[in-house]
Amino acid sequence: MNAIYGLFTDAGAARRALHELRGASARMRIGDDQILVMSSEPPEDLGLDLPHQRTRMPWLAALGGILGGTAGYSLVSFTQRTYPLPTGNMPIVALWPTGVVTYEFTMLGAILTTALTFFLTTRLPRSRRRFYDPEVSDGKILIGVADSDSNFWRDLERTLYEQGAEQVKQYSHA
Amino acid sequence: MAQHVITPTSARPFDRDTINQDLLQPVLHTSRRFYGLTSILAAFVLAGLAAFLFQAYAGLGVSGLRRPVFWGFYITNFVFWIGISHAGTLISAILRLVNARWRRPVTRCAEAITVFALLIGASFPVIHLGRPWLFFWLIPYPSERGIWPNFRSPLLWDFCAILTYITGSLIFLLLPMIPDLATVRDRTAGWRKRVYGAVALGWRGTPREWHRLEMAMRIMAVVIIPVAVSVHTIVSWDFAMAPVPMWHSTVFGPYFVAGAIFSGIAALIIAMAFLRKFLHLEQYLKPIHFDNLGKLLLVMSLLWIYFIVAERLTVWYGNSTPEMAVLLATERGKFLPLFWAMVCCNFLIPFPILAIKRFRTVTGTVIASTTVVIGMWLERFLIVVPSLEFKYLPFDWGHYRPSWVEITITLATFAAMPLLYLLFVKFVPIISMWELKGGEPVAAPRVEAASSWTQSRVPTEEPLPGSVD
Repeated sequence: MNAIYGLFTDAGAARRALHELRGASARMRIGDDQILVMSSEPPEDLGLDLPHQRTRMPWLAALGGILGGTAGYSLVSFTQRTYPLPTGNMPIVALWPTGVVTYEFTMLGAILTTALTFFLTTRLPRSRRRFYDPEVSDGKILIGVADSDSNFWRDLERTLYEQGAEQVKQYSHA
Repeated sequence: MAQHVITPTSARPFDRDTINQDLLQPVLHTSRRFYGLTSILAAFVLAGLAAFLFQAYAGLGVSGLRRPVFWGFYITNFVFWIGISHAGTLISAILRLVNARWRRPVTRCAEAITVFALLIGASFPVIHLGRPWLFFWLIPYPSERGIWPNFRSPLLWDFCAILTYITGSLIFLLLPMIPDLATVRDRTAGWRKRVYGAVALGWRGTPREWHRLEMAMRIMAVVIIPVAVSVHTIVSWDFAMAPVPMWHSTVFGPYFVAGAIFSGIAALIIAMAFLRKFLHLEQYLKPIHFDNLGKLLLVMSLLWIYFIVAERLTVWYGNSTPEMAVLLATERGKFLPLFWAMVCCNFLIPFPILAIKRFRTVTGTVIASTTVVIGMWLERFLIVVPSLEFKYLPFDWGHYRPSWVEITITLATFAAMPLLYLLFVKFVPIISMWELKGGEPVAAPRVEAASSWTQSRVPTEEPLPGSVD
């Protein structure tokens, strides 16, 4: 992978740079997925206009909840039927106490699925080193382009500087 | 007409670098005071551990638990600490959902309390066991012994509820920590960089990562609120499902939840005041945070007294002999000092402090919170012990006096909480840096000024600064 990117302190400048890169995408043959953005806070809070991100996380969480609840109910009813404890005239698998455990397992299923979906969709944890600049942690906003045509690097560098980049850097990794 | 131009410096009370420096200070630098305080607290915890080992060796007879009072200090502590755990995750989740801006410096302080209080609270059922090494019998799994847990027992509901809550609270605490751990990773060197690099999981701050994190936190906030409510409701059902005077009550569920939130907010205020003072976070944990939490504490104080009156008035009016025995023992009998101390600590002292705006300062809320924490421990004790001392049949009446083992273990848990908190503060920024930065206003774009500023910086023939490894 190779990349050329600018580091911005000012969110407004980063916004403009992003806008410029989008505007020049046809001329410089840059796809949306090639534009790099990294920040130490959510891009929405910085006002960066990014393509709408979609995720099925809420639906998966709901599905996890249903699976968890089913597992909880199955465990409880199986246990109670396997080792029946007759109590007065009460049913062996009683609705109310079984409901409590089913409820907790439903929630547990939703929680675990949410966490799992988060890690899977962000591809974390990641052991391989990937493109990154530690200055992002200092509050800099990274705007750049990955795997662009090297003929346009000089143009990209100029564009980033013109929009207020404090530094423009190159990255290449085999 | 004068124009107000928002510049980056005037719009942001703190710049991003100041936030990083201030909040990473306790992580990157260790003071002597930290070692001193940690040592003192660790000594208390070790004393508690020694007492527990002695009890495990000698048997439960060394505690004050005797027929008919088999639930004494240990279950009091269990209920108390599970209640304290309601400070964090529940409050943080509610504030996240309503998008309260002032929550940003508060959330992690609160969420950490939840996890540590849950760990401490969940240890008490094990401490309470005569043979603690057989604690895994509580876990529902098929065994060759043919002993399967009775899922209809509220004690097993407890296990499921606490397991769910601790799992959810841990994830709720850990997920938003990842970006901050990445910041620490980038600010450290050597072994620290390797450790923080491992726990930051390779976070880079891409839009996809941020989007998924925020989505996950929103879902977690929605899920964790009913879980938190259910946990303390189920803890209350440990009591309410039993035919014991003054336990078998329908009001116990909401009464316990209200009490838990009450004590949880009080614990949060104390923890925040401690952090503010010792980590010099006055700029971040401001009087407005204490004022807002003080108002919440005031509401909970009123709710608490409402439940006390509702519960006691009903019992008094019913005039059932066994229940009246407990009621009179607490209000006029041997528990009288504890009962009225509880009322003073939970209502008579905090109410005027919190109701009068002039007193609702940092100091005022801390005083009120301290009394509330004491009062809520007394409340838990007065729920557990008097009812067991005065059961339905007088032949089964008894007396409970805690032994030195129980007192030592109890004190140790009160030391364990600040100890765990101190260690946490040492390794993780206690205020969520990325959330705090996100709460700071960002300057609106100023096209003309920016372009004139940047034009002078455009290089002409200079080479690029070089590649980054």
